[in-house]
Amino acid sequence: MKFKKILPQLLTLLFIVLIFGFFTMNAQENMDTRGIEFGFGFLKQEASFDIQFSLIDYDGSHSYARAYLVGLLNTLLVAFIGIILATLLGAVVGIARLSPNYLIKKTASFYIEFFRNIPLLLQIFFWYFAALRALPMPEDAPLLLNSSFMTIKGLYAPAPIWTNFNIFFITLIIAMILIFFFSRYAKKKQEIEGKQLPVLLISSTIFIGLPLLTFLIGGVDLSFSFPVIRQMSQSSYTFDGGFKIPPELIALTLALTLYTATFIAENVRAGIQGIGKGQKEAAASIGLTPSQVLKLVIMPQALRIIIPPTTNQYLNLTKNSSLAAAIAYPDLVLVFAGTAMMQTGKAIEIVGITMATYLTISLAISLLMNWYNKRIAIQEK
Amino acid sequence: MIKVNLLKPDNKNLSLFLSLGSLFFVLGIFDFYSNNFLNTNITSFLPRIINFFTPLIFSVIGLHFFRIEFSGVKILDNINKNINTSNFNAVLSVIIILLIIFALPPLLNWLIFDANIAGDTKEACTGGGACWVYIKVWFNRFMYGMYPNAEQWRINVTFIAVLAFMAAGFFVPTRLRNYLSFYYTILLPIISFILIYYIISGGSFGLEWVETGAWGGLSLTFIVSFFSLIFCFPLGMMLALGRRSNLPVVKYSSISFIEFWRGVPLITVLFMSAVMFPMFLPDGTYVDKLIRVVVAITLFEAAYTAEVIRGGLQALPRGQYDAAKSLGMGYWKMHIFVILPQALKLVIPGIANTFLALIKDTPLIFVVGLLEVVGMLNLAKANPKWLGFSMEGYVFAGTIFWIICYSMSKYSQNLELKYKTDR
Repeated sequence: MKFKKILPQLLTLLFIVLIFGFFTMNAQENMDTRGIEFGFGFLKQEASFDIQFSLIDYDGSHSYARAYLVGLLNTLLVAFIGIILATLLGAVVGIARLSPNYLIKKTASFYIEFFRNIPLLLQIFFWYFAALRALPMPEDAPLLLNSSFMTIKGLYAPAPIWTNFNIFFITLIIAMILIFFFSRYAKKKQEIEGKQLPVLLISSTIFIGLPLLTFLIGGVDLSFSFPVIRQMSQSSYTFDGGFKIPPELIALTLALTLYTATFIAENVRAGIQGIGKGQKEAAASIGLTPSQVLKLVIMPQALRIIIPPTTNQYLNLTKNSSLAAAIAYPDLVLVFAGTAMMQTGKAIEIVGITMATYLTISLAISLLMNWYNKRIAIQEK
Repeated sequence: MIKVNLLKPDNKNLSLFLSLGSLFFVLGIFDFYSNNFLNTNITSFLPRIINFFTPLIFSVIGLHFFRIEFSGVKILDNINKNINTSNFNAVLSVIIILLIIFALPPLLNWLIFDANIAGDTKEACTGGGACWVYIKVWFNRFMYGMYPNAEQWRINVTFIAVLAFMAAGFFVPTRLRNYLSFYYTILLPIISFILIYYIISGGSFGLEWVETGAWGGLSLTFIVSFFSLIFCFPLGMMLALGRRSNLPVVKYSSISFIEFWRGVPLITVLFMSAVMFPMFLPDGTYVDKLIRVVVAITLFEAAYTAEVIRGGLQALPRGQYDAAKSLGMGYWKMHIFVILPQALKLVIPGIANTFLALIKDTPLIFVVGLLEVVGMLNLAKANPKWLGFSMEGYVFAGTIFWIICYSMSKYSQNLELKYKTDR
């Protein structure tokens, strides 16, 4: 009996050790014959390549480690924007799919069936090479909202120029903390006295009012630098000032959002449908209004069903953002596993670091979500 | 004089409200139509901000007059019930109707009415619409990649043969049914590999050798997804069982394997197979690019399949395990005859979703330089003779993928209903 338990484990172990041993030995040998050394010292060397779009200070004189950071931040930026937009769109479409209105229901399911059945890479290519290429050149671009230009070279929007931004930012955080404590107080009060405070009204007043106050007394000021067109040569124009969002980022965000939102919408729909009809009817019968039913009874329960699969979608979105490499958006894969590897030839180290980074992001998000999930799970007695 | 309450339409003044409603509704639609397609704005005397919304306002007022409770007219009641239950609903319905009016005619014009398909040069495209000539000229490339034109029948023959072998499973006599899973998981892959190796690759039997670098297009999509599908299923099943095993070494190695592949993007896995994997092999060994890609995708998707199957295993009630054990079945007997048949039925939709994801992931193989449909499109797009037709290409490829994926998902929904067992 004991033998039966040990043998398969021994075999598995042997298999793993053999494979890893085989690979390491070959790698060692190959690197020796080619004169490559294993090590991460290259990270400190000068990268000497430029990156088109960077959130932090970067140029060719910075190190590979800095280039890695630029790529990582660009990946996180796309993932962050994508997750927020996809959640909003997905929630709206998911609720729309359950609408009693025939047209809305059909439009929502058409959208879902359409976008989820086309490969993401194709969608990214479509937005980047076909849709955004149809935009006007800078000199012909119409002025949008009196401030921005949507051109083939990207979106030029007014850039905010702050004075005393720190004060504003700190006030914003204070406002959020206040709102947090206020809503806890309101909830407690409701549980004890049964009285409902106008939470939304008061918290939005705090959220808008407090930071606004800093403009009056805190010396905070906000002005905008607007993009202004300038002729560079006979036929080429560019914009001065303002804030440029590259078309790669727009195409990637659009495609990721539209694609992932379909999956989130299905999760939302399944979550809401998973709540028994009795819950809705019971809530209505004690006199709650339809919006209260949704907010107080359906959603808190539906969220438990919605959150785990939606976390998976967030992870997928983050991983899918690596497709950026295909349209030359400088994300982690393009900058590090692409350019940096071509230059250094350190295939094992660089692919290893890239994979480890994604693995860390994935595991971190899933741990966070597991923790959240546990917190909101039904406490059964 | 009859009292008419315009705010609350009733069926006493049915005809009045109906005519008022249609008047406003038609006015709204006409306003929108003339704004967008006739370049005349019939409400231009109003301030710009109101004038922009007039189509919406008119149509919603029209729908408001239509909203008569218990009108007794069947069509009207149906309309009201479905798209016009409240003012808010009416606004949404009108917005969607207006959007359809806005988008559909230009779309149809581009796709069909102004499109060109006759001829075979770029100059044949004279209309303002799509240039399907481009697709027609490049069709063979999109389907077969760089495979020599004269040899393309080989791909067709192989595909038909493989399909025939796949379909053969449905016609076996009942007494052989038990061997079906053996046939599908072991025999079929071997047969198809032999077929593909000898017919598509060639090199013997008087067939010209065609290297895998020349394979491409939709046929490559099928080859890659077919083999990855076939291999990732058994591997995923083993991993799922491993993860639920109570032998610690097996359990934790399965867990780390699964979590590793699930945590990294496919594109880095393909990078790994392209640049890192050759370093891990003895010097001088060469593994074909296509094989490396299939192995990479298989390992990647197997991890996802494993998680789906684990879901099915967990959903089975404990009683099934206990009952099987009490009959004296061992681990393998219990799983093969009792647990897996039930668990796999439960996870059909999940497996289908994984397979769909796999098919949608195949375009990524461009990373290692293999060009399937999307890769070929990008190649064709850059051809100096055919610049500027990227839109047509993407619409074409999108349609192909959409048809494949949509029909597969519908089929899996059917299977789900068919195998639904009540517990």
